[in-house]
Amino acid sequence: MKMTVSQAMVECLKAEGIKVVYGYPGAAICPFYDALLSAEKDIRNILVRHEANGGHAASGYARITGKPAVCIATSGPGAVNLITAIATAYADSIPLICITGQVNTDQIGSDVFQEADITGAAEPFVKHSYLLKDPKDVGRAFKEAFYIAGTGRPGPVLIDVPMDVQKMTLDFEYPKKVDIRSYKPTGKGNYLQVKRVTEALRSAEKPLICIGGGVFASNAQNEIVELSETLNIPVITTMMGISVFSDDNPLYVGMIGTHGMKIANYAVNACDTLFLVGARVGDRAVKTPLDLERTTKILHIDIDPAEIGKNIGADYPLVGDAKQVLRQMLDYIKKNPEGCADHSGWLRQIEENKVPTEFAQPVKGTVNPKEFLQKLAERMPANVNICADVGQNQIWSSRYYFKRGGRFLTSGGMGTMGYSVPCAVGAKMADPSRPTIAICGDGGFQMNFMELATAVQYGVDIKVIVMTNTRLGMVRELQTIGYNDRQTGVFLDGSPDFVKLAAAYGIPAIRVNDEKSEKEAIERLAEDKGLLLAEVVVDKDFPTL
Amino acid sequence: MKHTISVLVENHSGVLSRISGLFSRRGFNIESLAVGPTHDPSISRITIVADGDDHTVEQIEKQLNKLIEVIKVKTFGRDEFVARELMIVKVNAPAEKRSEIMTIAEITGAKVMDITLSTMTLELCDRYDRLCRFENVIEPYGILEMARTGTVAVERGSDYFSPKKGS
Ligand SMILES: Cc1ncc(C[n+]2csc(CCOP(=O)(O)OP(=O)(O)O)c2C)c(N)n1
Repeated sequence: MKMTVSQAMVECLKAEGIKVVYGYPGAAICPFYDALLSAEKDIRNILVRHEANGGHAASGYARITGKPAVCIATSGPGAVNLITAIATAYADSIPLICITGQVNTDQIGSDVFQEADITGAAEPFVKHSYLLKDPKDVGRAFKEAFYIAGTGRPGPVLIDVPMDVQKMTLDFEYPKKVDIRSYKPTGKGNYLQVKRVTEALRSAEKPLICIGGGVFASNAQNEIVELSETLNIPVITTMMGISVFSDDNPLYVGMIGTHGMKIANYAVNACDTLFLVGARVGDRAVKTPLDLERTTKILHIDIDPAEIGKNIGADYPLVGDAKQVLRQMLDYIKKNPEGCADHSGWLRQIEENKVPTEFAQPVKGTVNPKEFLQKLAERMPANVNICADVGQNQIWSSRYYFKRGGRFLTSGGMGTMGYSVPCAVGAKMADPSRPTIAICGDGGFQMNFMELATAVQYGVDIKVIVMTNTRLGMVRELQTIGYNDRQTGVFLDGSPDFVKLAAAYGIPAIRVNDEKSEKEAIERLAEDKGLLLAEVVVDKDFPTL
Repeated sequence: MKHTISVLVENHSGVLSRISGLFSRRGFNIESLAVGPTHDPSISRITIVADGDDHTVEQIEKQLNKLIEVIKVKTFGRDEFVARELMIVKVNAPAEKRSEIMTIAEITGAKVMDITLSTMTLELCDRYDRLCRFENVIEPYGILEMARTGTVAVERGSDYFSPKKGS
């Protein structure tokens, strides 16, 4: 059918089942926006308040749906603003389709107004990118982009479209098939290796399963739970793997790493066989991979061959999609049920080394953020999605908000402040049936609170918790510990009154600074319909751990 | 240790920058990089000589494979390949030195491309190490200008490197 490239782009999105896009327009993307307007019945066009937040919102949406989500920016500054979100998505393997406007084809390379080489600038952070110069490539580029973003190890794909190209016409038909000769992601694992890994795992005396974000990327939550329960093997996660296991599963030990649970780090050091599933052994998760490699048998599944052997040597490497490989392992076990060692002694050993959590009495006029989150989790329904920002608030959310079926979403790889609120907007829109809470610090909140307007405008019912310690808390703590308490550049004086700020957006808000307000806030976070902001006042010196 | 890596890529604009970007970004050291067309017009071939231990080279190979437009990567083992590089060198050659330089050219197999009253321009197509030795003997005469293409290589024997991914 004859149509403009812009209309064809919209048809591509429709064909991919896209229902919502997050964007910010400008001259160079106007032809596409015009076409989007004509399709508003099919595709909701959400105006975010900053391009990076559009990318983060799409990220939240993609993580909940498990499919690529779309964000849009104009050329030059718009595209460049988007880079933080692209890099954030890349670091956590989140599938995004990022569409940017570009200056006219004949002006490319001449530094005209709002020209930026965005495919060049974003290259380190994209799985792939396209600069569309020929109208007849539009269908193939979109088809490939969705395929590349959503398969294998997922990631962001950028499509840059010059304004003149957007206006050209073509005879359009969306390709039915995609075939990229140089891109054939592995699905199933090599049968023999599957067998070896399974035997090594179940015959081990002290095996431990370590789950990373790859388990979500491959939608392998059920399989990994089934495997660990079948073999009675304890489980730890990286920050990206949090919420695969329910916190109350007796096999779940906790998150590892610099800010992880003591008991989880204990288990890593005490195990004799470590089974890594979609975890890349990042430096925040495992500080000394070389020591671990020496003392422990490493079994490693990843869909990205480059992750195997990158940070830690693997005795048993296994390339494949986690869901398929775990299914293969379960099938193998079903057919060959003998050979599982008794792990109950090992589980008891872990149990005996657990230390009960004790909460310190908070300074007057503040609350203990850990205790607050624990109480909140007890009161909230099980399926809440938690979007944690970066800093102390993130660690508290990861450790003390007990997950029982909801997702825990955070920027694990890049640690991008400001991720939480836009992510929550996207996550809530992807699944309105789940209560969705953004948790951030007063620093991070001031990087993203403009998205309250987006939430108000489109009626996105999220709850926002701002933990105000009037400091960039995590950096303050780093300075306290590592720089002889020479605190600098971490004071958030001049911050607004967050309760009043919420009021300015027409959002009800409550300040939490004693037991009574704590109770009330928890009740309202659980029960109130519509947006709500809770400012949780935290002592400026409150430690992370 | 030096490794010779052959990469078949889609003949698209921008591929080279993706590859060179990858090397600098991940801190891999490139000794040389040569790129050119192949008998299939849709495919270009890049030959990279890189320095690094086995772990590094394994990472280079894997990271290259992740680029969507990379069709196939192969790191050649010792003696598994034949390789050549072209060097062009312009050297000081006053009349009294010319015959000495000609002798060197004859021994090494270099050819004279151009000559003036004071200079000679020589070309030599050979293995990397022989070019280096040639450079060493010609250096004392005073090298004015030099250009090298970087190594290109193909597999020795009847096996060949084809664009089917895998293997
Ligand atoms: C965009 C960005 N800039 C800087 C940092 C470095 N950083 C990490 S944690 C942190 C402090 C965050 O402060 P706040 O949001 O108030 O949270 P808190 O640690 O106090 O809970 C900073 C500045 C970052 N992670 N992201």
